[in-house]
Amino acid sequence: MSNVPRFWRNLKRRYNLIGTKCLNCNELYFPPRQLCPKCRRASKIEDVQLKGRGEVLTYTIIHSAPKRFEGQTPYIMAIIQLEEGPKLTAQIVDCDPTEIDIGMKVEMVFRRIQEDGDAGLIYYGYKFRPIAN
Amino acid sequence: MKLEGVGIVGYGVYIPRYRIKVEEIAKIWGGDAKSISNGLKIFEKAVADYDEDAATIAVEAARNAVRMASIDPKDIGAIYVGSESHPYTVKPTATIVAEAIGASPELTAADYEFACKAGTAGIQTCMGLVASNIIKYGLAIGSDTAQGAPGDALEYTASSGGVAYIIGKDKLIASIEGTYSYTTDTPDFWRKEGQPYPRHGGRFTGAPAFFKHVYNASIGLMESLNLKPQDFDYAVFHQPNGKFPRKVAKMLGFTIEQIEEGILVDKIGNTYSGSSLMGLAAVLDKAESGERIMLTSFGSGAGSDSFSILVEEGIKKIRGKVPSVEDYIKRKKYLDYATYAKLRRKIKVIS
Ligand SMILES: [Zn+2]
Repeated sequence: MSNVPRFWRNLKRRYNLIGTKCLNCNELYFPPRQLCPKCRRASKIEDVQLKGRGEVLTYTIIHSAPKRFEGQTPYIMAIIQLEEGPKLTAQIVDCDPTEIDIGMKVEMVFRRIQEDGDAGLIYYGYKFRPIAN
Repeated sequence: MKLEGVGIVGYGVYIPRYRIKVEEIAKIWGGDAKSISNGLKIFEKAVADYDEDAATIAVEAARNAVRMASIDPKDIGAIYVGSESHPYTVKPTATIVAEAIGASPELTAADYEFACKAGTAGIQTCMGLVASNIIKYGLAIGSDTAQGAPGDALEYTASSGGVAYIIGKDKLIASIEGTYSYTTDTPDFWRKEGQPYPRHGGRFTGAPAFFKHVYNASIGLMESLNLKPQDFDYAVFHQPNGKFPRKVAKMLGFTIEQIEEGILVDKIGNTYSGSSLMGLAAVLDKAESGERIMLTSFGSGAGSDSFSILVEEGIKKIRGKVPSVEDYIKRKKYLDYATYAKLRRKIKVIS
């Protein structure tokens, strides 16, 4: 239950991949930052909607997962470089462990991230899947 | 009732990637796959992944619809999500969708329940709000991760998928000429609080339920608009299996050519609230401006909503902007029964 307020505060960016941009140096950040580490006191921070497309930089296959993720093993966690530049870690879905590859183009999808058991809250957010062509 | 100026501004669909074949389910329960396939006119059904539910499916379909319509999501004034598998008993799916597509907070939202016709009920609500200028755009969604009890006949057809329609007055890709509904208290299918799987009235689900309601709503629509089956290029009916929509089409005087394009149940199963609306999307993916489509949904309990839809010039501009029904149908991977049972949580993991 202690998770609920923290999750709710971050809900918008977890649902929609909203990052921040420093208008002083044009650097994009995800997760969002209140302060640009380059510009510090000269930072001018603004929210930006990221497009949710990118490519896989590296990945790992999880066979032995923490308790709440056990139902999904084996699953893929990847570091993704977004088209806009920022990198993030996310699960790759709609993709078998044998199909994943470095450089694979991926797009954001909306999935369940976690559940607080049968009676608790369901946490939703972004994951990524291969772009079909 | 004859309507003017209200219609569809955009639509989007979502079908999960996994499929299970009738043979694979029949193997487990000792059923005869051939006779089931022939009887129900279904070969395989779509299965949601472990981390998918009616809310995630609704969001994917809604995002496609917003992209197709190229509208500012803040202009959406109402969201209705129809489903019989809302992830929460208390806590709306519609608020999750509103937040995930960036439509919050200035809008009204609610979840609808009316078995497989909750999505078309949402469309009618949006039509009223748009026609009376209370909202600019309304978003109506049918989304389900339907479940049949293991071994029950429903297990062969109950599937997952979702469809979203944006209703408005400008930038129309199709106008809605009119709608007509037929509703009675009929106990053909039900699920009580706390029960994981629905119960149904067996043979009772045919004549007094599906056929009576779909037939009467469709006839009522045609009479109210002074149209005949020959005035339609396509007709789409709720499709709990492949047999029912073909049979009701024949009863009403429609030809096989008019209905084939909108029948998807053989490839994806019965997506419940998404069923007839998915068929309409498949027809809109192909239809030309000037063509007329009849859509009639059915929800157990029971009721049918029928619509007459006229395709507009605007349809050309939106083609290819988002994945089509066919794109999603082609994107598939088959599961064995054990994996299917795990994904659909038919096996409880103790943690
Ligand atoms: Zn900066």
